[in-house]
Amino acid sequence: MTQSVVIQVGQCGNQIGCCFWDLALREHAAVNQKAIYDEAISSFFRNVDTRVVGDGGSISKGKICSLKARAVLIDMEEGVVNEILQGPLRDVFDSKQLITDISGSGNNWAVGHKVFGSLYQEQILEKLRKSAEHCDCLQCFFVIHSMGGGTGSGLGTFLLKVLEDEFPEVYRFVTSVYPSGEDDVITSPYNSMLAMKELNEHADCVLPIDNQSLFDIISKIDLMVNSGKLGTAIKPKSLVTSSAGAFKKRQEKPFDAMNNIVANLLLNLTSSARFEGSLNMDLNEISMNLVPFPQLHYLVSSLTPLYTLADVNVPSRRLDQMFSDAFSKDHQLIQADPKHSLYLACALMVRGNVQISDLRRNIERLKPSLRFVSWNQEGWKTSLCSVPPVGHSHSLLALANNTCVKPTFIELRERFTRLYKKRAHLHHYLQVEGMEESCFTEAMSSLSALIQEYDQLDATKSMPAEDLPRLRVAV
Amino acid sequence: MSIVTVQLGQCGNQIGFEVFDALFSDSHCPQGLCSKRENEAYQASCKERFFSEEENGVPIARAVLVDMEPKVINQTLSKAAHSGRWKYGQHSCFCQKQGSGNNWAYGYSVHGPRHEESIMNLIQKEVEKCDSLNGFFIIMSMAGGTGSGLGAFVTQNLQDQYSNSLKMNQIIWPYGTGEENDAVHKICAKLMNIKQISFRDINQVLAHQLGSVFQPTYSGEGSFHYRRNPLGDLMENLVPHPEFKMLGVRNIPQMSENSLAYSTFTWAGLLKHLRQMLISNAKMEEGIDWQVRPPLSGLPTLGKMSLNKEFHFNTSIANLVILRGKDVHSAELGAFKDPALYTSWLEPVHAFSVWKTQRAFSKYEKSAALVGNSQFLVKPLDMIVGKAWNMFASKAYIHQYTKFGIEEEDFLDSFALLEQVIASYCNLGF
Repeated sequence: MTQSVVIQVGQCGNQIGCCFWDLALREHAAVNQKAIYDEAISSFFRNVDTRVVGDGGSISKGKICSLKARAVLIDMEEGVVNEILQGPLRDVFDSKQLITDISGSGNNWAVGHKVFGSLYQEQILEKLRKSAEHCDCLQCFFVIHSMGGGTGSGLGTFLLKVLEDEFPEVYRFVTSVYPSGEDDVITSPYNSMLAMKELNEHADCVLPIDNQSLFDIISKIDLMVNSGKLGTAIKPKSLVTSSAGAFKKRQEKPFDAMNNIVANLLLNLTSSARFEGSLNMDLNEISMNLVPFPQLHYLVSSLTPLYTLADVNVPSRRLDQMFSDAFSKDHQLIQADPKHSLYLACALMVRGNVQISDLRRNIERLKPSLRFVSWNQEGWKTSLCSVPPVGHSHSLLALANNTCVKPTFIELRERFTRLYKKRAHLHHYLQVEGMEESCFTEAMSSLSALIQEYDQLDATKSMPAEDLPRLRVAV
Repeated sequence: MSIVTVQLGQCGNQIGFEVFDALFSDSHCPQGLCSKRENEAYQASCKERFFSEEENGVPIARAVLVDMEPKVINQTLSKAAHSGRWKYGQHSCFCQKQGSGNNWAYGYSVHGPRHEESIMNLIQKEVEKCDSLNGFFIIMSMAGGTGSGLGAFVTQNLQDQYSNSLKMNQIIWPYGTGEENDAVHKICAKLMNIKQISFRDINQVLAHQLGSVFQPTYSGEGSFHYRRNPLGDLMENLVPHPEFKMLGVRNIPQMSENSLAYSTFTWAGLLKHLRQMLISNAKMEEGIDWQVRPPLSGLPTLGKMSLNKEFHFNTSIANLVILRGKDVHSAELGAFKDPALYTSWLEPVHAFSVWKTQRAFSKYEKSAALVGNSQFLVKPLDMIVGKAWNMFASKAYIHQYTKFGIEEEDFLDSFALLEQVIASYCNLGF
């Protein structure tokens, strides 16, 4: 069994991270009734005897004593991390795994990346090595951050290079929140563009998310909950937006519902690696199957179901509905249109009581309406995990490597160009030591090259799928 | 003589379990339809072949379980132990913490050399437990990383280290080729009436097929003398030339337990279907194309087998039919000896063999298995090579392999080899 370490950077990263740990605890509590520290839990948590001072406290088997998240929390201002440490999850985090500062990055990628990067490089390395030492077999780093700000964007991507150099065999999965159209940070296009270059070069897999999509999902759920239709009573705890018990008593914070969706994404992504099933899918298989070319590693994710209705019977018609929903735009965590673009590969990660025949049937059913690249017509990677998420009998996470991310990147480039042409706010960046105009132009070319790769693939969409002439052998 | 099974990867281990389970259940089946003495001899032979001395009464499978991550092996071990009837050896597994990531190069170039010594030691220990070793049975899938890559590495090692023993690789083809999983899936759906087909169902059908081939059969000396060298005899009959070693298995009948109670079969009926399954390359007894016929002898052959033709006739190099059950000696197999079914290399008397055993298999009063070296597998192989070639031409995913030392040259070598095999099998029609 392998372990993963979560690195949450910046305000957004830490808030999402917090929701993730909350839901992870709830999930393992539901599955592991006897409170034994087993391999599934150890993928994200350490078992520690808190009476022991210093490092000797790790317990590898037996009853759960005190669970510590395999996490590193990084923020350049104190507010968010302090709140976490005073909140109900304070005991889950190891106080030694934090890196904080006071002044913040001022929504400036250059400050996050260059200033804080060099300032905290040693500390970061030390905390990362510590967390790796606690792992028997470290497989993956999950980095959670936003693209539009300063810390998450700048320091978060600085981290990627450090991870690549220090732990070259460990995968780097990045969950990135991209700025929406109406973003309140004026310089977010600069920050996002500069961050994109780092993601292109140093991430294994990126799961782009945008707030607008998360918000739309919430609206859809609210509509359902408030519609009061007969037979639409929703099972408690089954909302993809609901928090675990910890937050029940007090007022939920405004972004909690949205962050919980992302947390659920991460839980489902790792479920097959943590729990048993008839067709397992480890994290290294995600990268292997979904990334045909090293730079094209951006995956569009969609989650279903968003809630479970309270009536218990689940005829297979409803199961099929789950598969259809996964390909509907309403369930995506980023605004994009995969159905009208080209699939390079697609992963279906199923949880719960679903059999291989259900899976095959639905793939056959949905295939005709989806366009796959000519050399990967059967580019489906599937996994079956027998443990469903809390509150559901089954669920599905679809990860698509699809050219539909291109418009997102093109729009990003346009917003960037509008600002850059006028050199607006540029001085804030250039006055940081180590920053030059070339950083901007290089970032631009990197993004343009990426867009062009997607363009080339899209061009093949309209060509008929021809079989290339094969090798001829003398008989 | 004993057979040591090596189960590799998730697929290999899941299927391996079902195979041992099927072998055990069959050997302890009360409806042997033969005398008590015969039944006991059968049981003893099966046990010697596949299980080793028990500690406290529970037979231990002669198997080595290998996987690069622990979940499946743990499940497999506990399923066997829970059955209470047989189990795997406590120290017969080799496991690591992290899988091969669906990457052949990782399984072959990284895991292989790294764990060569440990794995070969485990196999050696298992071999030492056998009084005499008939050979190895290796179960692996082709599509993943461990079964496929590490499986290839281990097979090579077995070749080097045990060059006098025979090896039989049971490979599982990916979905979309029309072979194995796809075919078995259809068997589950049509013949066995299983509504929600799980991998367990599929694996059990495969296990049944394998069991019906490898359970003890009478040798030439008649009753009570079970064949001592099943792998050797099989290969002697079916693999006359090292270039042609792809064998396919067909089984008849295949049905759910409920239907079985109401069905009776005659050998004539079963064999007629089986023969047509052979020449029309059908995977199961329903939907057989009865239009396909062997070319009339004396007339010139219709030319090279075209992969695109719908109703091509399946030419065989050699076939082996294994019959089990009631009145087996009355079964008439002349139709299988028709020279029109075969290439001209071997005399029909050498191209066809039959093994008859009175003792019935599983719950089937009469059952027949066909192990054939024919053009069965050309189409699926061709399909896979075609898809792989398209992908390779676009350079898709190549970086994932070159990362671990598999170069484009290696890919090209494999392509050339497979095209050779396909071409050779296609030309059997001449």
